[in-house]
Amino acid sequence: MKREIPIAITFIVGTVFALAYFIPREPFSLFERQFGDWFGIIAAFAIWLGALNLMKISAMKIARKKPDFIYASLIILSFLVMIFFGFYEGYKGLFAEPQFSYRDAGTGFNWLYEYVYSALSATMFALLAFFVASASYRAFRARNLEATLLLIAAFFVMLGRVPVGDMLTTWMPIGYTMSDWANWIMSVPNTAGQRAIMIGIALGLVSTSLRIILGLERSYLGGE
Amino acid sequence: MKTKEFIVTAIIIVVLLLCKFVLPKPIQFSPTISWIVTILLGLVFAFIFYLTIKGKPVERRIVFLLVGISLVVPFFMQFKLPLKISPEVQQVYDKLASLPPGSKVLASFDYDPPSAPELQPMAEAFVKYAFEHDIKIIMMGLWPQGPQQANQAVEAAFEENPALRDQVKYGVDYVNLGFQSGNEFVVLRMGESFKSMFPSDLNYTPYDSIPLLKNVSNFSNIDWSINFSAGKPGTVEWIQVAVDRYNLPMSAGNTAVQAPMVYPYLNAGQLLGLMGGMSGAAEFEKLTNLPGKATTFLLSQTFAHVVVILFIIIGNVAFLRSRKETK
Repeated sequence: MKREIPIAITFIVGTVFALAYFIPREPFSLFERQFGDWFGIIAAFAIWLGALNLMKISAMKIARKKPDFIYASLIILSFLVMIFFGFYEGYKGLFAEPQFSYRDAGTGFNWLYEYVYSALSATMFALLAFFVASASYRAFRARNLEATLLLIAAFFVMLGRVPVGDMLTTWMPIGYTMSDWANWIMSVPNTAGQRAIMIGIALGLVSTSLRIILGLERSYLGGE
Repeated sequence: MKTKEFIVTAIIIVVLLLCKFVLPKPIQFSPTISWIVTILLGLVFAFIFYLTIKGKPVERRIVFLLVGISLVVPFFMQFKLPLKISPEVQQVYDKLASLPPGSKVLASFDYDPPSAPELQPMAEAFVKYAFEHDIKIIMMGLWPQGPQQANQAVEAAFEENPALRDQVKYGVDYVNLGFQSGNEFVVLRMGESFKSMFPSDLNYTPYDSIPLLKNVSNFSNIDWSINFSAGKPGTVEWIQVAVDRYNLPMSAGNTAVQAPMVYPYLNAGQLLGLMGGMSGAAEFEKLTNLPGKATTFLLSQTFAHVVVILFIIIGNVAFLRSRKETK
């Protein structure tokens, strides 16, 4: 039964969603609404599951005094601080007049979000610029035709997406400046490539979905 | 901490304190100084080019240092760069500008702080423009951090134009419905009923008590929508559900990384305009006549792009030379 019930649920839900797309009438619409709500509930629980799992792993790191256990304790501390401000101010705002949210400007939660969380995550993301530059210097080589085409496209798009590209090509006829070339690359070769990838992904998705709905693919249940 | 690391950290702290308390604000180089700094950077690159050709590639930390300088120094420069408007950004603006006062716009903020440098300027320009032209905004987010980014955009609009704080009323001119989990299923359910997914707004006000939402039950009551997206769930999910199934007219603002993936929808007419990355945001700011962060950041991005291109060229010249020598 541990396998049969999930397979039956997958079959019913998958079939209903597929039919509801092509026949948007009752009773399929009703089932689609119902299953959609269930998905939302499961997704909300998944957020908690993810958070609790992170806590568990971090707590285990601290308990076993693993090399980076200091970072694990920072995770737990940050989590608890945000939770505290979220719940405390959320509760306070619920009974205040006028009501306010814990995310509103002026709350402690918002202060932490804006001046700690935002700044730290933007910093982490900004590191990408340094690695891209380093990689472009050391590894982005015109080794073969494909790599050379990629290099040329990168050259035009990167320069065409910033004003200096047009400044360097003002002498070119109208419609042939660097930004025009960048726009052409994005609209024609890029779109063609993206469409090919999308069609490939869609075909793969359809076949995999069918295998899952029909119970032929069971790896999502674990084991097999 | 090693002594070297300690010294570097101490120097950074001292420089930051100097910038904060000693140097006059705003720190701005004159055009002459700006040109001198640019030429100096160019000379440094010429030297790196020379070293690389001689078979002595520079270390990673030198590359990092140069990128850091190229990103930070332009913030203090005074170059005025000509900005050409791309057709896809023009399309977003044309759609927004064609909305009559009182129109209802659904804005989904599907991103988090790491993508905010690119997407927040677009969101801020959009919110400012909408407030100044009496366009009503219904805000929401498929990402947990989205509604907070929306609040920041509203605050930025109020800070820049304090008169708006009195003119624009929450619940009447704009509303923040908050975050709902469920990705594309949220969009699917909104196609039939907004209230089913958002029974109350961010401030716990019941849906039916919000004046702006009085006659809004689903997408058919929305005049136009805009999606600020950094990934999944985002623009693609909105197009696949809201645009394809419910014919919602929609434009989007995407990160530069995500924008290429959205072009097929743009060319197919499913998306009415696209702002891609920082340059898209700067173009939108220019069109709305509300220069903001993107216009300032674009110079920095210009330098960064040129630096990366120079590194690619230098690296490849060295590669071709070494290949020739091997033969």
